[in-house]
Amino acid sequence: MSFLSYLINGISLGSVYAIIALGYTMVYGIAKMLNFAHGDVIMVGGYACLMLVLNLNANPFVAVLAAIVVCTVLGIVIESVAYRPLRNAASPLAVLITAIGVSYLLQNIVLLIFGSNPKSFQTVVPIPDLKLADGALTITGEAIATILCSVIIMIVLTLFINKTKAGQAMLAVAEDKGAAQLMGINVNGTIALTFAIGSGLAAVAGVLLCSSYPSLTPYTGSMPGIKAFVAAVFGGIGSIPGAMIGGILLGVIEILGKAYISSQLADAIVFAVLIIVLLVKPTGLLGKQIQEKV
Amino acid sequence: MAPMLETRNLGISFGGLRAVNEFNMKIEKGELYGLIGPNGAGKTTVFNLLTGVYKPSEGFILLDGEDITGKSTIEINKTGIARTFQNIRLFTQMTVLDNVKVGLHNNYKYSTLAGIFRTPAYRKTEKEMNERAMELLKVFDLDKEADALAKNLPYGKQRKLEIARAMATNPKLLLLDEPAAGMNPNETVELMDTIHFVRDHFDMTILLIEHDMKLVSGICEKLTVLNFGEVLCQGETAEVLKNPQVITAYLGE
Amino acid sequence: MMNKMTKKTKSNLITYLIVIAAFVIVQAMVSTGHISSLFKGLLVPICVYVILALSLNLVVGISGELSLGHAGFMCVGAFASALFTKCTSDAITATPIRFTLAILIGAAMAALFGLLIGIPVLRLKGDYLAIVTLAFGEIIKNVVNAFYIGKDSHGFHFTMKDQFSLGMEPDGQVLLNGPQGITGVTKDSSFLIGVILILITLFIVLNLIDSRDGRAIQAIRDNRIAASTVGISITKYKLMAFTISAALAGAAGALYSHNLATLQASKFNFNTSILVLVFVVLGGIGNMRGSIIAAVLLTVLPELLRGLADLRMLIYAIILIVMMLFNWAPKALEWRERYLGRIFNKSAKEGK
Repeated sequence: MSFLSYLINGISLGSVYAIIALGYTMVYGIAKMLNFAHGDVIMVGGYACLMLVLNLNANPFVAVLAAIVVCTVLGIVIESVAYRPLRNAASPLAVLITAIGVSYLLQNIVLLIFGSNPKSFQTVVPIPDLKLADGALTITGEAIATILCSVIIMIVLTLFINKTKAGQAMLAVAEDKGAAQLMGINVNGTIALTFAIGSGLAAVAGVLLCSSYPSLTPYTGSMPGIKAFVAAVFGGIGSIPGAMIGGILLGVIEILGKAYISSQLADAIVFAVLIIVLLVKPTGLLGKQIQEKV
Repeated sequence: MAPMLETRNLGISFGGLRAVNEFNMKIEKGELYGLIGPNGAGKTTVFNLLTGVYKPSEGFILLDGEDITGKSTIEINKTGIARTFQNIRLFTQMTVLDNVKVGLHNNYKYSTLAGIFRTPAYRKTEKEMNERAMELLKVFDLDKEADALAKNLPYGKQRKLEIARAMATNPKLLLLDEPAAGMNPNETVELMDTIHFVRDHFDMTILLIEHDMKLVSGICEKLTVLNFGEVLCQGETAEVLKNPQVITAYLGE
Repeated sequence: MMNKMTKKTKSNLITYLIVIAAFVIVQAMVSTGHISSLFKGLLVPICVYVILALSLNLVVGISGELSLGHAGFMCVGAFASALFTKCTSDAITATPIRFTLAILIGAAMAALFGLLIGIPVLRLKGDYLAIVTLAFGEIIKNVVNAFYIGKDSHGFHFTMKDQFSLGMEPDGQVLLNGPQGITGVTKDSSFLIGVILILITLFIVLNLIDSRDGRAIQAIRDNRIAASTVGISITKYKLMAFTISAALAGAAGALYSHNLATLQASKFNFNTSILVLVFVVLGGIGNMRGSIIAAVLLTVLPELLRGLADLRMLIYAIILIVMMLFNWAPKALEWRERYLGRIFNKSAKEGK
């Protein structure tokens, strides 16, 4: 029974990683940049939601929506102010370092406003815990909500990308910016939209993460951010089902590793699995193999 | 005496697509040989097979009588094939001189520690490398640009630098992939002189891919025409160019 | 051509001289009491970061691969050298000899890890390589964090559970105590030793770049395929750059660990790796002098901003973003060319 409950916890945590990884993978696919500030957008989403619930006594549902709006706007602002000017920089590292700067900036703004003490987050999930097998196995409402959310988000995103004009434009820009521009696609707008969606997803992830692990600090986002990035690479960066699979596998490995091997080594195990996967499949589980043309 | 290069039934497929099939070719020492054909005929693929960038699915490659089939790019270069690329591949952030010195890498050696501690061996070898590199640059009229970064050279000179770098590896066979691409008529004429000079001066065997018929008919002694991955026609340049099949392949029906 | 050689040598010489001059000036300020104790405490860390930046620049700038796990090699060097010092502090009493050996052991162990990690990692490319270096860095940190080493009359004991599982005799001494790390390593590091290590690092890196092997490494960076068709082994030279870089980071780790009362693995996290990368990119990818200057400035900057208390890291972040935009954005470069370029040219002319 305990194995099942660990497994469900793992899937739940993995679903959070998956939602973050979806944003990561989209942004990477289109802007070809590792957005190290992505994890901090999660944290901002958590704080936005918490503040609305605490101070304005907002309905949790409204609070979540508001957090999504805050993060979406934040994502667009970050992209246009800090990343867009560097899109054609001589080295791709320039925008990477700027992203790190943005990450520090977000952490320190939040630190200034809310201080470094952990805030206890109040769950926004209205679903009651599910008790199975005469109470031997409990599935928390948060776990159910997280898993449901991640599945819905993946389906909606896949439909969006394959069925809408904006989604097709994203694919085109990801493939070749120059050609997309010549085809009359608004490249800047498409990239901004991608950041907006990625950041909105980060807000959802932030709220769900904090509902399950209700302690919020300015640094809450950085480790899940890195893990989600690992998940995206794991599944094959740029691939939506890949991000989903990568995220869930990562969560499961982490929780099972913590439970059965060593809680201190759980992260090491996660990273070791990533390395093994990449050595066997250098572009991740579902990634495309790109051959350089000579 | 064995020919400088011989391929026997060379073939390769990419995911069911037959790129090169039953490719046979013989090049004698000192020949200036042309490989021509329409776009997509598989010419560059042949170069990639000869230099080990791709491994052939069938057939053999013999260089100066030695079987080099399936060897790595590095080993093949050491055995004696050097090449240039259709889309120029220079070491862009390095100087013109250093580009050639990289080509000299396997012919002049000293240890890593000798390099770090600047031992007499380092000084002596570096001096020899500089002299040899400058000699080569002079041949290609690049000696005045020795200190410039490769990426700052004009296009025509970049093509020449690629040949100089290939020559620095001291090859038996030089492969040139569309050396005249992007050059104006004057530059092309100059390039023809250079290729002739390289052949005569270094006693080199040269195989080149080219679309510029003026260059091909001007300097190539023999030709192989490739179409849809197969040899269409082979022989003396003048004969081949008169062949009606070749004309059809080039001009269409 | 000869002119060029002297130009390169001259530029390298200036870099050495800058380091020496900075050392002399700071030393003079220390002896006349013009430096606060806070800054004095920063001198060794500055040296550590300069060496790290130089070594990472060898991988990022010269070899052209993004490494996000440099702190891992520093961690190996720090712990290996600290363990050595703890075990031999009775046997070898001459500090200079013992510390030199400790640094060499730190560098050698880090080089070994660099080699072992490099073999699989360097098969990957670009961002995939970067993420795997990140993963290795985190693994090293986590494993060291969960490691216990003790020594008693029977010899060494290892475990990954807790210190009581070491199963030692009562006379046993815990050397490495899991997350609590190593305590009581002698403080052998000094500013002088730090500067000497910087000079040695510079010597190795600059001379390597301007040698046969260095050219091969740069050729692979510029064009992998062309390099292999002129007979250069990609794996060998990538591995060489990676291993030498790891060794230098290990030496920096040794300098670091012999400057602290307590050495904990958690310090060598992803943020440290990133910090070093920031030095490299801000100072100019492939530019060694730039790495030194960036490492010094960015280590000192938070202390300079200390008066601003809470705003300190916020301003640091803003400065970082603005400097990146100013130095790298094509539009900013154009603007600089147009307006500042004129001023620079003018002053240059007047200078004549």
